[in-house]
Amino acid sequence: MPHDHSDHDHPHALLPPDPALRVKALETILTRKGLIEPAALDEIIDTYQNRIGPQNGAQVVARAWTDPAFRADLLRDATAVVADMGFYGRQGEHIVAVENTPEQHNMVVCTLCSCYPWPLLGIPPGWYKSDAYRARAVREPRRVLSEFGVELPEDTAVRVWDSTAEVRYLVVPMRPAGTEAMDAAALARLVTRDSMIGTGLVTAP
Amino acid sequence: MTRVHDMGGRYGDGPVRPEPQGVPAFAADWHPRALALTVAAGGLGKWNIDMARHAREALAPRDYNRFAYYEKWIAALADMLVSEGLVSRAELTDGQGAAPGPEGPAAGPVTVQKVRQMIANGAPADRAASAPARFVPGDRVRTRRPAANLFVDGGHTRLPQYAAGAEGRVLRVHGSHVLPDRSAHKLGEGAEPLYAVAFAASALWARPEHPRDEVVLDLWQSYLEAV
Repeated sequence: MPHDHSDHDHPHALLPPDPALRVKALETILTRKGLIEPAALDEIIDTYQNRIGPQNGAQVVARAWTDPAFRADLLRDATAVVADMGFYGRQGEHIVAVENTPEQHNMVVCTLCSCYPWPLLGIPPGWYKSDAYRARAVREPRRVLSEFGVELPEDTAVRVWDSTAEVRYLVVPMRPAGTEAMDAAALARLVTRDSMIGTGLVTAP
Repeated sequence: MTRVHDMGGRYGDGPVRPEPQGVPAFAADWHPRALALTVAAGGLGKWNIDMARHAREALAPRDYNRFAYYEKWIAALADMLVSEGLVSRAELTDGQGAAPGPEGPAAGPVTVQKVRQMIANGAPADRAASAPARFVPGDRVRTRRPAANLFVDGGHTRLPQYAAGAEGRVLRVHGSHVLPDRSAHKLGEGAEPLYAVAFAASALWARPEHPRDEVVLDLWQSYLEAV
């Protein structure tokens, strides 16, 4: 069986130790060699700072709360349904929506890296990528939830989704009581990023 | 056995520290540059997502553990640029890089238009079925043990150690997806049926928090055997 040659060759050690200088050196090398145009880097940063973020997923959740046919379609084939809303692309090629109920709470982690539904939620927060979350969410989800201030009823089961493939999971949180008069746009403003990862609940204003 | 990144279930990492809602703020100016460089360099077409993940996982454990998140990305990017022949060791050392000759750059260039396409189109991992699905929802299955790449010693796999040798039930079939264990090592795509498999917390942990809690993993057909 071939051995993994990468174990014996770590050229990154040739770069300066300071991370800011490492990044700067790589950027200089790649742009000077004509491999990457500098404006392409600004485009990526602008996209994930200003255009793609959890407001996208919040629109999906609010629509699921207010449109039963949409909710049924979302739970059957989320990829197609959210693509129709314009939410598709890198790190969101295969989406599955999982719905919280009084019987079952869903929570998403990627123990092996940091897989996350970028077109719906943007780039992940630091805690999602942290060793603590990756290590503990699968083994003690309730204790992790308590660190987010979430206490579930004793008869609610927790289902933790470890994103080990290219399928990205969106949690559809429960609609809070007292929001019956609100329309989808107002509801979307209540839906937090963490509630769509499953580490938060949505509360009425 | 697998590698340092395979940390599901591990003890000792301390509390999770929540952050404000909304779009996460970058903790340092170099973080967005590192993200952008890594995403853009993917557009050079020299590696796929499985190779990129494996490059991060193949960092020495001491580096993986001391590097911040985007430092891992940058280190793996530098390693891949060299292993794929796009950047030389001398260029990494002097931090410069030679301007392309009249024949143009060795790959790319990655332009604004190119990154817009990459972000909009993604890279779907589903493929036409190359093997019939052996399992249907409700079937009992057991994961292979140990969790290891069958093709390359120390190679990439997406079966975490904590779920190796565990018995669960198939929840859903996702269709056929590229097999990372092959794709990460340029051994073809080897697409296989992919399943969401649910495991009782009690099948994975010595002290589960609740008798009805479950963990679901997405697992390829060759990771599974019928029970």
